[in-house]
Amino acid sequence: MKFLEHKAKEVFARYGIPVPRGVVASRPEDIVDPPLPCMVKAQVLVGGRGKAGGIRPANTLDEARTVAGEILGMNIGGYTVKQVYLEQRLDIGRELYLSYTIDRSAREALLIASALGGVEIEAVPHDQIFMEQVPVLVGPQPYIWRALLRKLALPKEIGDQIVDIAWKAYNLFRKEDAELVEINPLAVTRDGRVVAGDAKLVVDDNAEYRHPEYATLDQDRTPLEEEAHAKGIAFIQLDGDIGVIANGAGLTMATLDVLNLKGGKGGTFLDLGGTDDPAKVAEAFELLLKAKPSAILLNIFGGITKADTVALGVKQAIDVMHAKVPVVARIKGVNEDKAKEILRGVGMFPAETIEEAAELAVKARRGAS
Amino acid sequence: MAVLLTKKSRVVVQGITGHQGQFHTRAMLDFGTKVVAGVTPGKGGQKVEGVPVYDGADEAVRRKKANASIIFVPAAYAKDAVIEAVEAGIQLIAVITEHIPFHDALEFQPYARSKGVTVIGPNCPGIASPGQAKMGIMPNRIFRPGDVGVISRSGTLTYEIVNAITEAGLGQTTCIGIGGDPIIGTNMVEALAKFQKDRATKKIVLVGEIGGTAEEEAAAFIAKRVTKPVVAYVAGRTAPPGKRMGHAGAIIQGGRGTAESKVKAFADAGVPVAQYPDEVAKLVATA
Repeated sequence: MKFLEHKAKEVFARYGIPVPRGVVASRPEDIVDPPLPCMVKAQVLVGGRGKAGGIRPANTLDEARTVAGEILGMNIGGYTVKQVYLEQRLDIGRELYLSYTIDRSAREALLIASALGGVEIEAVPHDQIFMEQVPVLVGPQPYIWRALLRKLALPKEIGDQIVDIAWKAYNLFRKEDAELVEINPLAVTRDGRVVAGDAKLVVDDNAEYRHPEYATLDQDRTPLEEEAHAKGIAFIQLDGDIGVIANGAGLTMATLDVLNLKGGKGGTFLDLGGTDDPAKVAEAFELLLKAKPSAILLNIFGGITKADTVALGVKQAIDVMHAKVPVVARIKGVNEDKAKEILRGVGMFPAETIEEAAELAVKARRGAS
Repeated sequence: MAVLLTKKSRVVVQGITGHQGQFHTRAMLDFGTKVVAGVTPGKGGQKVEGVPVYDGADEAVRRKKANASIIFVPAAYAKDAVIEAVEAGIQLIAVITEHIPFHDALEFQPYARSKGVTVIGPNCPGIASPGQAKMGIMPNRIFRPGDVGVISRSGTLTYEIVNAITEAGLGQTTCIGIGGDPIIGTNMVEALAKFQKDRATKKIVLVGEIGGTAEEEAAAFIAKRVTKPVVAYVAGRTAPPGKRMGHAGAIIQGGRGTAESKVKAFADAGVPVAQYPDEVAKLVATA
């Protein structure tokens, strides 16, 4: 679950991390009492807002409304700006960086900090980055803060505030099941206060049941992806035209790769998972048809999944949707001969291997267009 | 021989009375596995497929000398089940459960390691040593005893590749499905080290995918420490950045975790990388 900046800052504030005062608006006329002077910031789930002109200053109410009107509706990285956040403008002396992520290799939390913030951390020279693993079983110990302060080499008054924020951000990271807590810039104002200039927060989808209040947050999903999410189907829309459906994430990815090698391009990633319930298969297939593919490539390796019941679900969906899309199916597993018979009955092309299926799908699409 | 799981392993099934637990207990018994006990809190005294059910893992260890566990319990209770197994004295734990919160794994993985316990997964198909034992959900019929060690982050894709290896007339010592989550117990390097040491294993197959740096670390390890021929496959060459491709761990983030980087790392380590899944068996046969 990704958080827009103003939503992330709400959570930050709950944990005592200093954030500037701000108000959110989705129409210029809704802006009545913004903190002035302010920055008007586009609220989108992608980076690069500043460069795209999505963050601009305003000094008066009129100016704030005008600027907000210009930013709202803008397209930033493929996303339409639906909300702006009007935030008290900080008098920034310098910009730092602080984040917590998960270190997959070490199986620990990873604290990253730098005295050079305000730019992407990937662009900061390696020797300017402080990186320390935090074992979550015991949490951060004081040595970590000592090492952090040595590396950042900042005056004590600033350093103390940074350690305080680092502690609070760690608590947030753990208690909110975060994958990412990023403060960039972590701003130091000219009067010596340390404040979160921006806020990025991503909470682990697997932990949604522990944080039901976040389930309604807007995510960067297409309408079809949203529908799939609500139905619990692993579905991603891609920029190709051939609908790919398989069972298992690895196999679905591999099928997309094979299709690409054979000159086709996948328009969907749909992982059926372990189901062979015809109703569920039909539901997934209907979703796929809504993506309007030029052809469909179905690849099932049924270990335990019964191939014939999967085929029944596919048949059901095709019948219900009156679909005229060419379907190429490669089904292996329990009752595969029965499955092939069912699929032939609804005019599908059976294939023996993934490669053959991909070739047939590419041809079927050409034939259709 | 085999690695980690052998015919001597005494398996307890945590979550045995659930649909999955029951189904796979039968399949594991059919594979020849010594399934000695099951655990479901509150259901002690029952039997599943002739296997006695206990209320706690400690009882399964005490009464049936269980030393390995497979976990089927729902995600919200998986941390509890792993720690219970560790405390009961279980030495090898395969966590099949998908969708376990990352922060739970951040707790139980280091905890199990600190106690010297090997965890496989979560979000994995388990582990199988053909002719000996299976602690997992892989279909029985795809396996055959042989000399290929298989390590994979995926489920059905592994079945596909293992099946092709078997159809090519070869077989497997052990197949370890290490799991598709970001935080897994046994990583690629550790699994590689086990196969390198195992005398019966002559060749190794690695099935990787986008996300993280496990394949890059594996490639570096192979270059330094592995003398047996290794063949690799990497899924997700066409996956877009920033999207989670089904597995929680399969995501390209901030330019890291791309298939290109992994394929290049393997190539630099002298490991042939198959373009097609079907090609793996051919490369293994000639390796």
